[in-house]
Amino acid sequence: MTSFDAIIIGGGHNGLVAAATLAKAGRKVLVLEAGSEVGGAARTEEFAPGFRASSIAHLLNRLHPDVVKTLELEKHGLQFGRADFMPSVALSKDGPPLVLHGAYGEVLTGASSSEQSAWKGLRAQLLRYAGILKPFLYRRPPDLAGMSLLETVSLGQTALALKKLGKEDMRDFLRVLLMNVADLLDEQLTDIRLKGLLAFDATLGSHLGPRSPTSLLGLYYRLAGETDGAAGAQVLPQGGMGAVVTAIRASAEKAGVEIRTLAPVAKIIVEKGRAAGVALDNGEVMHASTIVSAINPATTFLDLVGPREIDTGFVRKVKNIRMKGDTAKLNLALDRPPQFTGVDAAGHKGRLVIAPSPDHVERAFNPSKYGEFSPEPVMEITLPSLADPSLAPSGACVLSAVLQYAPYALKEGWDAGKPKFLKAVMAQLESYAPGIGKSVIHAELLTPADIETRYRMPGGHWHHGELQADQMLVSRPVSGWSGYDTPIDGLFLAGAGSHPGGGVSGAPGLNAARRIIAMKG
Amino acid sequence: MKAWDAIIIGGGHNGLVNACYLQRAGLDVLVVEKNDWVGGAATSRELTPGFLYSNCSYVCSLFRPEIMRDLELPRFGLQVISYEGGAVFTRDGDYLANYRDRDAHRREFARFSKRDAEAYDRYARDVTRQCRFIQPLLMRTAPDPTSLRPRDLGELLYLGKKFAGLSAQEMALTLRFWTMSISEFLDEYFETDVIKANFALSGIIGTALGPMSPGTAYVLLHHYMGEVDGSVGAWGYARGGMGAVTKALAASFKASGGTIRTGAEVDRVLVKRGKVKGVVLAGGEEIYGKLVVSNADVKRTFLKLVEEKELPEIFLRRVRNFKIRGSSGKVNIALDSLPEFPALPKDSPVYRGDMHFTDSMERMERAYDDWKAGRWSVDPFLDMVIPTTLDPTMAPPGKHFMSCFVQYAPPKIGGREWTDADRDGFAESVIAQIAEYSPSFRDRIVHMEVRTPREIEAEVGLTEGNIFQGELTFDQLLFNRPVPGYAQYRSPVDGLYMCGSSTHPGGGVMGAPGRNAAAEILRDLAKSTSHMSPAHDVI
Amino acid sequence: MAQATKKKPVAKAAGAPVSARIAAQAHFHTLRLGTPFQPRIDALARTQDWYNWAGYRAPHSLWDEELEYFAIRSQAALFDISPMTKYRIEGPEAEALLNRVTLRDVTKLRPGRVHYTAWCDDEGFVLDDGTLFRLSPTRFRLCSQERHLPWLLDSAVGFDVIVEEETEAVAGLALQGPTSFAVLRDAGFAGVERLKIFDLADFPHDGGPQGNTQVTISRTGFTGDLGYELFVSADMALSLWDRLMTSGDLRGIRAIGYTALNRARLEAGLIVANADFTTAEHAIRADRLRMPDEIGLGFMIDLEKGHFNGRRAILEARAKRKLRYVLVGLEIEGNIPAEHAIVYHKKAHEVGLVSAAMWSPMAKRNIAIASLARPYGDTMVEDLWVEIYAMRELQYQKLMKRAKVVARPFIKLDRRTANPPADF
Repeated sequence: MTSFDAIIIGGGHNGLVAAATLAKAGRKVLVLEAGSEVGGAARTEEFAPGFRASSIAHLLNRLHPDVVKTLELEKHGLQFGRADFMPSVALSKDGPPLVLHGAYGEVLTGASSSEQSAWKGLRAQLLRYAGILKPFLYRRPPDLAGMSLLETVSLGQTALALKKLGKEDMRDFLRVLLMNVADLLDEQLTDIRLKGLLAFDATLGSHLGPRSPTSLLGLYYRLAGETDGAAGAQVLPQGGMGAVVTAIRASAEKAGVEIRTLAPVAKIIVEKGRAAGVALDNGEVMHASTIVSAINPATTFLDLVGPREIDTGFVRKVKNIRMKGDTAKLNLALDRPPQFTGVDAAGHKGRLVIAPSPDHVERAFNPSKYGEFSPEPVMEITLPSLADPSLAPSGACVLSAVLQYAPYALKEGWDAGKPKFLKAVMAQLESYAPGIGKSVIHAELLTPADIETRYRMPGGHWHHGELQADQMLVSRPVSGWSGYDTPIDGLFLAGAGSHPGGGVSGAPGLNAARRIIAMKG
Repeated sequence: MKAWDAIIIGGGHNGLVNACYLQRAGLDVLVVEKNDWVGGAATSRELTPGFLYSNCSYVCSLFRPEIMRDLELPRFGLQVISYEGGAVFTRDGDYLANYRDRDAHRREFARFSKRDAEAYDRYARDVTRQCRFIQPLLMRTAPDPTSLRPRDLGELLYLGKKFAGLSAQEMALTLRFWTMSISEFLDEYFETDVIKANFALSGIIGTALGPMSPGTAYVLLHHYMGEVDGSVGAWGYARGGMGAVTKALAASFKASGGTIRTGAEVDRVLVKRGKVKGVVLAGGEEIYGKLVVSNADVKRTFLKLVEEKELPEIFLRRVRNFKIRGSSGKVNIALDSLPEFPALPKDSPVYRGDMHFTDSMERMERAYDDWKAGRWSVDPFLDMVIPTTLDPTMAPPGKHFMSCFVQYAPPKIGGREWTDADRDGFAESVIAQIAEYSPSFRDRIVHMEVRTPREIEAEVGLTEGNIFQGELTFDQLLFNRPVPGYAQYRSPVDGLYMCGSSTHPGGGVMGAPGRNAAAEILRDLAKSTSHMSPAHDVI
Repeated sequence: MAQATKKKPVAKAAGAPVSARIAAQAHFHTLRLGTPFQPRIDALARTQDWYNWAGYRAPHSLWDEELEYFAIRSQAALFDISPMTKYRIEGPEAEALLNRVTLRDVTKLRPGRVHYTAWCDDEGFVLDDGTLFRLSPTRFRLCSQERHLPWLLDSAVGFDVIVEEETEAVAGLALQGPTSFAVLRDAGFAGVERLKIFDLADFPHDGGPQGNTQVTISRTGFTGDLGYELFVSADMALSLWDRLMTSGDLRGIRAIGYTALNRARLEAGLIVANADFTTAEHAIRADRLRMPDEIGLGFMIDLEKGHFNGRRAILEARAKRKLRYVLVGLEIEGNIPAEHAIVYHKKAHEVGLVSAAMWSPMAKRNIAIASLARPYGDTMVEDLWVEIYAMRELQYQKLMKRAKVVARPFIKLDRRTANPPADF
């Protein structure tokens, strides 16, 4: 039997990034993937004969530049230029849409000139502030336990590197940091379509409404991502998100990583407080001195390690991680491309957002607090086959949409709720793209419950844990253990449940690998 | 013509606290008050013969003991009578009571859940730790993090040291505490809905947030702060109603030589070449003063009383962006006898405390959803007390005064002003809720005063009727309160200061803003502050 | 804008728990509960000197605290331990759960045995100490000072086990003193002589309304003397009391209060949670937290047994020498008790605090338990002093007395462990 230095559990993009990074540093690495192919929730899958769509994530807007560089992804076929940047289209029922062009609205069309200049100011401010937070998002979080007064102060000083912003800008930064997004938008903008779009972007993937304090952080999180050096830019890879994973996989394999699919891990073997290996479902046992879990933290500790190898307080913390998703995925096989009212051809290749106003998003959020879905859901739609005809039969079209709010713990249960929610979604789509209902050949709706089962994401949460202020940075995945190491020596976390969180960034995987290398693990 | 050393606009409790401290420092101080009585939102008014209403603020909770001592309030008649209990009624005919005795408290919780009963110690420990961290900040001026002045750097270092002095566990909790919702925070300790609702109410009182909104865990701390010193009577009624607090303050002020003019509404602040000169009353009378301190909220002060041209654009923008957000109303009721609550034993101490009827997080949160939609809550959150169970001076013999603090009530109804019909509908939502638990309640009502944000703003001058003069969210706390760059009680106008609840540390009948402002003013005048007790140690 | 009309939410179905809950409302009338033995204790309470023990009305003394103490050492003393918090932990994985929760190796605790143990949080800080009774291979009783239901339940996640609080359901008595064995034997508890120290067994007792029931007797106690503890269901409490009192009459059996017991436990060198150290769930100030090694409980830690709560932190503290305190026994010159005295090194440098102190009538020594900041009391044991403030007629007489670190227990009585137990 071959022996490995490190075993990575989970072949999602973060697991692969961690594997590749470790392999490039000279480790012998094995990746164990439970499913039949790697990629986790960032795959391209056939959901109807001849129709393929990205699994959950369907846009790339935050792949970490260090990941691109370290893994030489451009060499492995992943390359984007400005021409690939997709516009964001804020759909409107009663008028023409508003469009953000380039990297998150370098140019705004469809709005009044005063709104355009207000947006220019706000966009610059948002990017400036997101830029300040960026190092925090991409570095390993500070270690509170070992922090001396000096470190505290220097951490404060790092934060105050924002001094170069100038006094007033810094004051505004500190004021708005934990604010709700709706208030900030109301302070600076008037167009409800634009405000609706931004409110949607800030809350997408979280259990927050635009009026919830701290919701602005979601927007910063998005804008801290970049593509081709442009913050906030978004692209649709040719071949869907699976293409990203293919490139990462190629890089990993080139570095010598061995990948085994259909190899679900049943147990992480712990001996005297130290991870010693893993046991597969089929009973096969493999040993390695470093075990990296790139899957969900709760699954890792409660199922694979098991509570008896860890302390009660830690179990408590892990159980307290909020990870009940509110986001569903819709894949539609359409017999022809839909026509969204008022949207031009370029717009149809962009990201189409139904979020008519912040109030609408807030109203859509309300029922999710009580285990009910939004009767008028908000959503982000892409038509990937328009730019990449390989995804659908000729003349036909794929619609891929991310929908909110669809709470994981639906009171009536998703068996009963799913057809009703699909109906609500289709009604919403119909009012923006009349006739779309009749062109549906096949509809696949993945509720958070489906996502949980299919992608092994507890709670169906694509961040593997709510990405809110109290579950970020030093509190992610749990306080005291935010630096990728765990109470089990030799066991590390590398998934989206760790800092900085989800989205196809590769940052948790990269940071974890760097930590392991630094610890000479 | 006479120029006062200081003119205080508004005779609310913070204005009076500020006036007292300045007068005792040897200044010649005038308080001008719009109404014919002083007290602001801390008043007792006879609105129907024989009944004294604490018609705005209704509980003496957070008032700093240092201030009570400095200003000799007990000598000037202030008596605080402690709550003896409290309860949340449940829809199944039971209630969850809060008893002062630790073991009775535990047994009461154990009626609902043995686990929750035993979880309380850890909860109390964690909340107390947080209070101990924050409480000393109440009586300090917040540092300006952008400033390089030694004083601000020193204050920042103090904060940094305090934070670094925490254990890693506490630090982590502190960081989470400031950003969590009270609902999520409670989920980490308790399993029973009514027990969570019982604690959650402290996280929402006075704010336009629901218990599921991030940031409400901090609001809970704000309400718990009064308890840290363990001083008995931290929560209680002022004998004679809340007016007794301001009455004692006014008496203390006058005894030290201060002057109060009631019925004197300020129309604007006189400013010449960037320096304050005095105030102009509504009738046109000019009163001169070397400095002016506004007890009014920051929006009223700078958007209504000071001319725009006197203020820098960035300051005005920030004042306009200050979120005040009325979220509550008040229903004050005169009763011809003590209402019965069939669920409650007749000899229960709960009658002599605060009563609530929203027994689940969902009901509280749904009440908030109504506010967001621009309507009053159909099933509101009530903080109801009957002070006359402990203070017979407020009603004729055998009769009672009931105060209902009500959330949520938006400043506007669907974007338009409140109408009288709205007000009646709002009152009905309150009466109906109480009547659900006290069937004979309606028949006992002899008089009722209903105060929506419209009435509160009109009488007390609190913008949007917000009891804290501005939301207690992180963007409006500490160095951000009321606005960044002006969190140290001063304003862009030379000689014009702020001392209301819009300033740090915020609302509640605490007196800290008025005191802290006085300390800053005396510092500017290079006067002694030896008559001001330093904040009590937290050891 | 139209205001929505109020929909009356339907009340949740009133199940059995609601009526039970409502029936329990009246508890607020009685802030200090009586224990199942209360009628007997009340009848003997000449001093009416009560204190609050976990919500129960418990006696400081009943008739004469000096004589109550000597009842422990020269006769037989009956002390009501019903208020002690008790948990039933039962199931196929009860042993595994307790092994994970507590410091000692529970697999070595045979059925029919008791051990003194402690448990820690993740940081290795002591949550409490207590006694663990193994009633059967799958059934345990954990007795403690503070309450721990949430901690035990959260610890039980993933274990096949039931955790139930049974404080009110189970009445407890400590029968301590040289004649205690004879009292039990004469009361008809046949075979009780076979109980060795830390053994337990069930004995029949038929005085209750349900007829024949069991009383669990263990040879344990909190006095350092020959003694037993008896547990019985609450409804059998009075008949058990009467049975003991009757048989013990000529052996000098006496009911006692806590003051007497507290003296005996100090002589035995035993510590009390929240008297000699602060339990972790009650420590508001971070420097009050204590690891087992810091309060003399390091001997319980079994690093060979597999994972247990706090193991990682304890190992790290030991390895990195992060232990900050040490709990020691002190012998102080003279005979003036040094209660709550500050401990100094070289009469000048403050190094700790006495948490319990007394003149020991048995040892004829002036003894104390103190918590010192390491290295004092650990590697530096010379030149230690205590500053005693002795209140005499409204004045403090300040004494600086030399203190010597000595081993605990302060007294060792062979009769405690003698087999068979002596018949006095």
